[in-house]
Amino acid sequence: MNANTASNVTPIGAAVRRKEDHRFITGKGRYTDDLHRPGEAQAYFLRSPHAHARIRSLDTAEAAAMPGVVAILTGAELAEDKVGDLICGWMIHSVDGSPMRMGSHPALAKDTVRYVGDHVAVVIAETLNQAKDAAAAIAVDYEVLPAVSDLAQAQAEGAPQLHEVAPRNVVFAWELGDKDATDTAFANAAHVIPIDVVNNRLAPNPIEPRAAIGDYDSGDDAFTLWTTSQNPHLARLVLSAFVGIAPENKLRVIAPDVGGGFGSKIFIYAEETVCAWASKRVGRPVKWTCDRSEAFLCDAHGRDHITHAELALDPAGRILGFRVKTTANMGAYLSTFASSIPTYLYATLLSGQYDIPAIHCHVDAVYTNTAPVDAYRGAGRPEATFLVERIVEIAARTLKMDSAAFRRLNFVTSFPHQTPVIMNYDAGDYAASLDKALELADYAGFPARKTEAERRGKLRGIGLSNYIEACGIAPSAAVGSLGAGVGLWESAEVRVNPTGNVEVLTGSHSHGQGHETTFAQLVSSRLGIPMDQVSIVHGDTDKVQFGMGTYGSRSGAVGMSAIVKALDKVEAKAKKIAAHMLEAAEGDIEFKDGRFSVAGTDRWLGFAEVALNAYVAHKFPTSEIEPGLKEGAFYDPTNFTFPAGCHVCEVEIDPDTGVTQIVNFTAVDDFGVVINPMIVEGQVHGGIAQGVGQALMESVHYDADGQLVTGSFMDYTMPRAENLPSFRIGLTQTRCPSNPLGIKGCGEAGAIAAPPAVINAITMALGTEDVSMPATPAKVWQIIQAWRAVAQAAE
Amino acid sequence: MYAFDYQRPSALDEAVALLRDLDEPKVLAGGQTLLPTLKQRLAQPGSLVDLSRIPGLSGIERRGEGLFIGAMARHAQVATSPLVQEVIPALAELAGMIGDPAVRNRGTLGGSIANNDPTADYPAACLGLGASIVTNARTLVADDFFTGLFETALGEDELVVGVEFPAPARAGYAKFRNPASRYAMAGAFVAQMADGVRVAITGAGQGGVFRWAEAEEALHADFRPESIAELTLDASDIMSDLHGSADYRAQLVKVMTLRALVAALR
Repeated sequence: MNANTASNVTPIGAAVRRKEDHRFITGKGRYTDDLHRPGEAQAYFLRSPHAHARIRSLDTAEAAAMPGVVAILTGAELAEDKVGDLICGWMIHSVDGSPMRMGSHPALAKDTVRYVGDHVAVVIAETLNQAKDAAAAIAVDYEVLPAVSDLAQAQAEGAPQLHEVAPRNVVFAWELGDKDATDTAFANAAHVIPIDVVNNRLAPNPIEPRAAIGDYDSGDDAFTLWTTSQNPHLARLVLSAFVGIAPENKLRVIAPDVGGGFGSKIFIYAEETVCAWASKRVGRPVKWTCDRSEAFLCDAHGRDHITHAELALDPAGRILGFRVKTTANMGAYLSTFASSIPTYLYATLLSGQYDIPAIHCHVDAVYTNTAPVDAYRGAGRPEATFLVERIVEIAARTLKMDSAAFRRLNFVTSFPHQTPVIMNYDAGDYAASLDKALELADYAGFPARKTEAERRGKLRGIGLSNYIEACGIAPSAAVGSLGAGVGLWESAEVRVNPTGNVEVLTGSHSHGQGHETTFAQLVSSRLGIPMDQVSIVHGDTDKVQFGMGTYGSRSGAVGMSAIVKALDKVEAKAKKIAAHMLEAAEGDIEFKDGRFSVAGTDRWLGFAEVALNAYVAHKFPTSEIEPGLKEGAFYDPTNFTFPAGCHVCEVEIDPDTGVTQIVNFTAVDDFGVVINPMIVEGQVHGGIAQGVGQALMESVHYDADGQLVTGSFMDYTMPRAENLPSFRIGLTQTRCPSNPLGIKGCGEAGAIAAPPAVINAITMALGTEDVSMPATPAKVWQIIQAWRAVAQAAE
Repeated sequence: MYAFDYQRPSALDEAVALLRDLDEPKVLAGGQTLLPTLKQRLAQPGSLVDLSRIPGLSGIERRGEGLFIGAMARHAQVATSPLVQEVIPALAELAGMIGDPAVRNRGTLGGSIANNDPTADYPAACLGLGASIVTNARTLVADDFFTGLFETALGEDELVVGVEFPAPARAGYAKFRNPASRYAMAGAFVAQMADGVRVAITGAGQGGVFRWAEAEEALHADFRPESIAELTLDASDIMSDLHGSADYRAQLVKVMTLRALVAALR
């Protein structure tokens, strides 16, 4: 059986090209907007032009009579059909024990709109232009209400209130850690380092905008929803159990090719809800595709924190305690997982890579008249890392210690390590990644480069970021005890076909990550069959067993572990069948390189022969062994995984224009076992680009009235290739002990690590710590001017 | 996009007549501003008059010491023209810095200057070189052509036919791109002409493209960076927005002027 020889196997660790790229590069990708259902009508949403208003009246009569209009639906029809509110699936309790204050979030406004872009009505028409024309003819009488768009003002006395259930706009006032122990640490401190940081609000901007097609089949009384989702089963569960569109068995959700998500496609939004519901109401498939302007208005944004923190140090620079007070913007409504981001995905990472005896964090989450805020690449962990790596850097500079030496002094060095904020770090070697990063970045040569840059009139700085994140989300019982409404395991089914090739049905979802390649590599190396004989099936609730989807860098650590479990079962059963075929004892059968052999003999069978016999079922007793070769598994992780590493950014600033050029960027990451180094590098590159985007250019800006100022790429700055150098990439490896493959996850590292590395470099170059993100050229130039004015005054 | 009528005349006279007779017409040249505007329903013209089939509007030829460039010449055509590169290399460079390859292959000289976007590049070249704008009715000097933000001296039934560019002794262009949109946040065209130095600034002025008189005088006296090293541009007429204060833009104008000068001296 030539096909089964090991030479055709693609092992774990091979940098093979991505199988899916042929499809994408030749334009054969099938995205939701590429799909068309017979008789489909187009949906267009009339959105609120006001940040806060009461709808006195809404008259659709004239619009409904316009050419091509199929239907105009509003909150009234939604209520008539008893369609439930959109939900937030993670319960957070305040310090006083009260549950978080969840304001009603209907898919179409009932009587109040709470942000610019909020959904007022949907027009369904033959063409999109007709729908837009009709939307413009809907007469809405708004009573404009005062709005609050500024996070810092949301809790102020007399600030406009968004939801009656949430006095002073507070969703929850939550805390983590030991306050008394932390206060004691500060009482004993030799140095206290304070910091104030703003973590800027970001727009996710995946290249493919969101889209949905709802299609109701009256023959089966069943719905199909094609949608741009990172987790189609979860979308089905929420739309079924909470929103009440249809029972799960009558609702098929398909997430076909999806062009990037970065978290923004985890959530269940108003638009897909309305498309599914309306398709029954109007008796036509209903399609909606977001345009870029709508995406800026209503895709869930990321970050948006204001934080004051203090670090307590002993005389030698050892960290004694860390005290954090954060205000987190939730926007106008709680999005699907919004409440978990500034709490259990944030405060639990405040120990960073450091051995900190006492930590206390208080978080106020507040409503504002802005788009909802939820997970965006890194989700809470970038906010934690930015805070930790900035305050650690400032501490080192204040104590006049070398930045690397200060970190090294405080590193966690033995594992497992229990932090004071829930997490139990299972493995890592932080000094190893620091050492390698300093070497790759030529940290020792920096002073000479700085001097040389000064001769050219340039300000040069170098910044470190020793990040840690919690990925592989997450042990179900653990997250359940913290308020999650779901378990965070993953599922897999391995179907071996009679001819020996394999389909893997996974609950993970690929929207750029390359699962069709990496998952196939795993199966190829395990079963000893070529990678092209392995197909990965995902994204369709009618094909794939319930799964939890892809976010939080979990598909390797959790999704692939489920595949491993299923492969274990396949191998065990195939061995039983092989034993009968080879007339040997089951215990004597060995499986290696795609061969089932009898130990100590030269008798063997290829994998495909055994697979065929599993289905032919002539050579084993079917009373003992069922025919067929197909096994499923659910894998629940035993711990989070803890990718960590060191990123080093070196910048040069042009004082004439304030432009920051990143001249070197080094990333050394410990992702545990790496399946495909090429794909991992790609993930690191993309993550760094987004992190640099946050640090230097990206920022969502609302004006005082709650109008979105950065509503297009004319005003919202995205990172470009020319903003980035050729990266210096390195890996160190400590195997993750918490899953069978030893994987930690790599999808978010760059976005988590890069921002503080960039800002630490800029603050060093400028000689002031007061540099907020994004450090735009205009802002940097103003800082230089202020600094020169002070210097001149001193002369 | 709203519905509109579409006309594609095959002669200049026909186009001018259409502009006179139609209800709320708009001229379509390369469409790189107009089409996105229409797609976003930010404009609702009654008709589009497409100039692409009118012959003879896209030539580039020597005229005296200088150049005549047809209104429908694409940016990419100007950027790569050996004649432009020989006679006014700074103009070819400027055209090569507009937008991205897609924009450069569709956008036109006439479209750019007739639109007179305050952050566009070509107005700086026209004003900086003291160009003459030739229309179907008359010839206007650049100083009289650009009248304000998105405003020109063009009449409602007047079309740009081409632009006459005098050849400078030396010229250079430098711009600072808006980090988001990549339009000019400050662009400076510096040209040493037979009758003096001209410095035209785009991207920064509240009223659109303008000449920086102090810099012109200083450079006329001595065409060296040192001449303008101590100058500062009065920021009171400079734009201020999310991307930068007036002070910052005034600084960028100065830095870009210096860089354009350095390019001219290369």
